Amino acid sequence: MERYQLNKDLAKMLKGGVIMDVTNPKEAEIAEKAGACAVMALERVPADIRKQGGIARMSDPKMIKEIKSAVSIPVMAKVRIGHFVEAQILEAIGIDYIDESEVLTPADEMYHINKWDFKIPFVCGARNLGEALRRIGEGAAMIRTKGEAGTGNVVEAVRHMRCMMDEIRKIKNSPKEELMTIAKEISAPYDLVEYVWKEGKLPVVNFAAGGIATPADAALMMQLGAEGVFVGSGIFKSQNPEKRASAIVLATTYYNDPKVIAEVSEDLGEAMYGIDINQLDNKLSERGW
Amino acid sequence: MKIGVLSLQGGVIEHLNHIRNLEADCIEVKEAEDLDEINGIILPGGESTTMGLLLKERGILNPLKQKILNGLPAWGTCAGMILLAKEIENDFRKHLEVMNIKVKRNAYGSQLDSFICHSKVEKVSKEEIPLIFIRAPYIVEVGNDVDVIFEIDGKVVAAREKNMLATSFHPELSTSLEFHKYFLNMCTENLKKLN
Repeated sequence: MERYQLNKDLAKMLKGGVIMDVTNPKEAEIAEKAGACAVMALERVPADIRKQGGIARMSDPKMIKEIKSAVSIPVMAKVRIGHFVEAQILEAIGIDYIDESEVLTPADEMYHINKWDFKIPFVCGARNLGEALRRIGEGAAMIRTKGEAGTGNVVEAVRHMRCMMDEIRKIKNSPKEELMTIAKEISAPYDLVEYVWKEGKLPVVNFAAGGIATPADAALMMQLGAEGVFVGSGIFKSQNPEKRASAIVLATTYYNDPKVIAEVSEDLGEAMYGIDINQLDNKLSERGW
Repeated sequence: MKIGVLSLQGGVIEHLNHIRNLEADCIEVKEAEDLDEINGIILPGGESTTMGLLLKERGILNPLKQKILNGLPAWGTCAGMILLAKEIENDFRKHLEVMNIKVKRNAYGSQLDSFICHSKVEKVSKEEIPLIFIRAPYIVEVGNDVDVIFEIDGKVVAAREKNMLATSFHPELSTSLEFHKYFLNMCTENLKKLN
């Protein structure tokens, strides 16, 4: 349990920060210079995975190691849902955090990784409170909304964050005798439902992810209750990644200060091209359960 | 008395809660103006690169540096220690450069090397305190005026120089309030001196 505590504590140190997707050491350096609090090393950003199709897997360990040696901030990398051997590989190369991610093609449609088997921390995506608590029950030390990665469309992240916050408020205001029924209804472990009832929050840090493309998007997610944000395709698929990255960092810190957000939103060049969720035939957020 | 916690990124709320539990006032410091109302500042854990950048970007770096040089009590935990240090062994970036210590970032390695130990830190408290190290730095060299508060395996992990306190570990992540009490005492003594 000491190890789990340390892993939850690292997530606390990421709070108020921006975790950026990077595909090579050069992008990692740009992200660090712009003020990212961590980077996510992957071969293709979600927008490209979406466009190119095929099976998306864990990245080449060599490429992850190169990114790790290029920066001083924590490095995360993704494994496929349920692919515990990919996770064993990432633990062996000594990165800081694993994202068991719906952005990659799932390796198992029934079971997520038993994260208690690992020393390394995991972050997992969730659409609602039940899903978040199931992942925490499996040992996740950090949660993020799934959103809809690679779309540049924040609507799903908003839906997921609002849903989680709404369910947390409901549980907090329920009498204790209703908790077991709630646990049954949302398919979540009872002890974690009880924690939410007592504390009025998730037992781990909760970030926003999936579709964040502008400083305003980042601030929106923070005002809705996110403790930090992941930006995937939004930075390096935009016209001016350096400038946009640092603007999103400032907007995340000063999310309650519209003057600062206005200032940093000026003259950023074009944002990534966005996609309407209704036009998608493949929703990544529906992967995992 | 009012304590400020630098609130740009990282573990801010944990410090605020500890200070509130000791029944002292505290505020989040997000702009240079916020510095005018505080009697002590905590620089929390997080990423020093992120905080350092935002300090410069928002014009807080120099006013804060002047305040600390003029005697404002300051305590850096983990990344906060890096912000205070005059020298950083493995980084070209420097930040406040006020404390006469040379530090090494991520000195223990990656998250897999993070650890907790329980120790009595005699200069701070008679109680045994949990010391939580998360991708922690340590101090490799201390200047003349620096008092070493605690060492682990020959590595300096807590030190004080006049109005400045630096710890590699995170007392705000444990339930112990001992280090926060110690820092509040530093702030009270400084206030007495000013009056």
